[in-house]
Amino acid sequence: MASTTPTQIDQAPPVTSSGRSTGRAGDKIFAGLSKGSGILLLVIMASIAGFLTYRASIALSKNEGNFLTTFDWNASANPPVFGIAVLLFGTVVSSIIAMAIAVPIAVGIALFISHYAPRKLAAPIAYVVDLLAAVPSIIYGIWGALFLVPQLNGLNLWLDEYLGWTYVFDKTQVGVARSLFTVGILLAIMILPIVTSVSREVFLQVPRMNEEAALALGATRWEVIRMSVLPFGRSGVISASMLGLGRALGETMAVATVLSPSFLINGHILDPGGGTFAQNIAAKFDEANEFGRDALIASGLVLFLLTLLVNGAARLIIARRKDFSGANA
Amino acid sequence: MAKRIDVSGLSAFYGTHKAIDDISMTVEPRSVTAFIGPSGCGKSTFLRTLNRMHEVTPGGRVEGKVLLDDENLYGTGVDPVAVRRTVGMVFQRPNPFPTMSIFDNVAAGLRLNGRYKKSELTEIVEKSLQGANLWNEVKDRLNKPGSGLSGGQQQRLCIARAIAVEPQVLLMDEPCSALDPISTLAIEDLIGELKERFTIVIVTHNMQQAARVSDRTAFFNLAAVGQPGKLIEIDDTDRIFSNPSVQATEDYISGRFG
Repeated sequence: MASTTPTQIDQAPPVTSSGRSTGRAGDKIFAGLSKGSGILLLVIMASIAGFLTYRASIALSKNEGNFLTTFDWNASANPPVFGIAVLLFGTVVSSIIAMAIAVPIAVGIALFISHYAPRKLAAPIAYVVDLLAAVPSIIYGIWGALFLVPQLNGLNLWLDEYLGWTYVFDKTQVGVARSLFTVGILLAIMILPIVTSVSREVFLQVPRMNEEAALALGATRWEVIRMSVLPFGRSGVISASMLGLGRALGETMAVATVLSPSFLINGHILDPGGGTFAQNIAAKFDEANEFGRDALIASGLVLFLLTLLVNGAARLIIARRKDFSGANA
Repeated sequence: MAKRIDVSGLSAFYGTHKAIDDISMTVEPRSVTAFIGPSGCGKSTFLRTLNRMHEVTPGGRVEGKVLLDDENLYGTGVDPVAVRRTVGMVFQRPNPFPTMSIFDNVAAGLRLNGRYKKSELTEIVEKSLQGANLWNEVKDRLNKPGSGLSGGQQQRLCIARAIAVEPQVLLMDEPCSALDPISTLAIEDLIGELKERFTIVIVTHNMQQAARVSDRTAFFNLAAVGQPGKLIEIDDTDRIFSNPSVQATEDYISGRFG
């Protein structure tokens, strides 16, 4: 080694070159590229928002129904009558079901990976959970429609029999489980990976000294989790859930494949029927005329605003988290 | 209340690496014993074997015996969680639970141990905070977060939390190394008061501190980096700092190395 070092120095270019530094040009190119990318992003966002708003305004100005309360979607009729009430209901309900199922399971998996599983087991489990995110949503849709729906008949009957008195789980229509409830379960599986991996990261960041504080007081593993890990991770789990919610709200193909759509608001979530924004657009876009498409775009604008709102809320919570994370540095 | 610690033939490992080798010593009840020695000599590791915190580290493993009065902490069937409830610990950096109030921080250990009435909790929390010389500073803001206190106050809060469950022994792992001199003085005064009720073992890098607060001092050293740490000698603090029986101890305390 020692003998080769001097030759390397000999071959190195002189430190002070008389000409222009190549580094300067690289700096400018890189600065331009990154600035351009940033501007491009804003332009794309603005053009999406502008396009949606413009086309939506055309549709809304001609709508004979009430856009918010009409239980109907006849945008191609004359006069056009359409409203998003059913879609908003279906979207929110299926997402709430998805969250109610996915978040506890995801937190459980994340805690298992971060605090319970032996290292040899933790890595493969984390990998499998991440793999769930790589499955295309149309595959989830096909699997949901052909496998999950028939499998859920038994569960539906059971829920109807024992929880039917709650109204929500009262199954009033016979027929296969192409319901909002099934969609919720499918969405839960789809958002599981994102919620799990973000929660896992947060749990792994819990300062060692916070956990040791609990341990040294004679806390069991569960008590350590309750005293140090969950309080530290709470806001992280919330923002992870928001990210999952954002995905559940906008999911299209899986919902469109599983749900048997109808334009009714039905609080009995086991009954087939209902609809979501994305599913409705996917189902109707091809066959709609020019105006019908504008109407669908108006509903898309509402979905866009809804996801913006959810993501904004997630951001807010992440920002608030800063106060907690430093603990007592 | 306070118990005697009797360690015999204790070695601790991180995986295959032996961190401390064959340590034996006795710590008398209601006394302060200081552990000194250069970095990496295993004094903190040894401290953490006394409440079975060492095995929390991945790969952490212990051989040998630690008797608390007559009970072996490493005996079969001994629950490490129960050990940590009788041997309290204060850490190098103050670590109050960041999301808990001052009151809840002190009450945290009590709530783990069982059900207390609100009035009992209030009483014990006040007594513990007084015991940690913190009561007067925080009595008007018990429901404020513990992380809002200064570093020295946070460390005294951690001491209050540790003594609230009335442990037999209190272990302190360099409790002042993250604190300013005035806070350090407050903690040292506190150690002097606490030793009337508890058996105290303190790891410190500060030899003046060891000389000021402890009755007995143990000097640890290691032959070379990567070698396990060993107990060189343990004796009355006066003797260690005036006339130690081993040359290495004298070299260390007179600043010739370490």
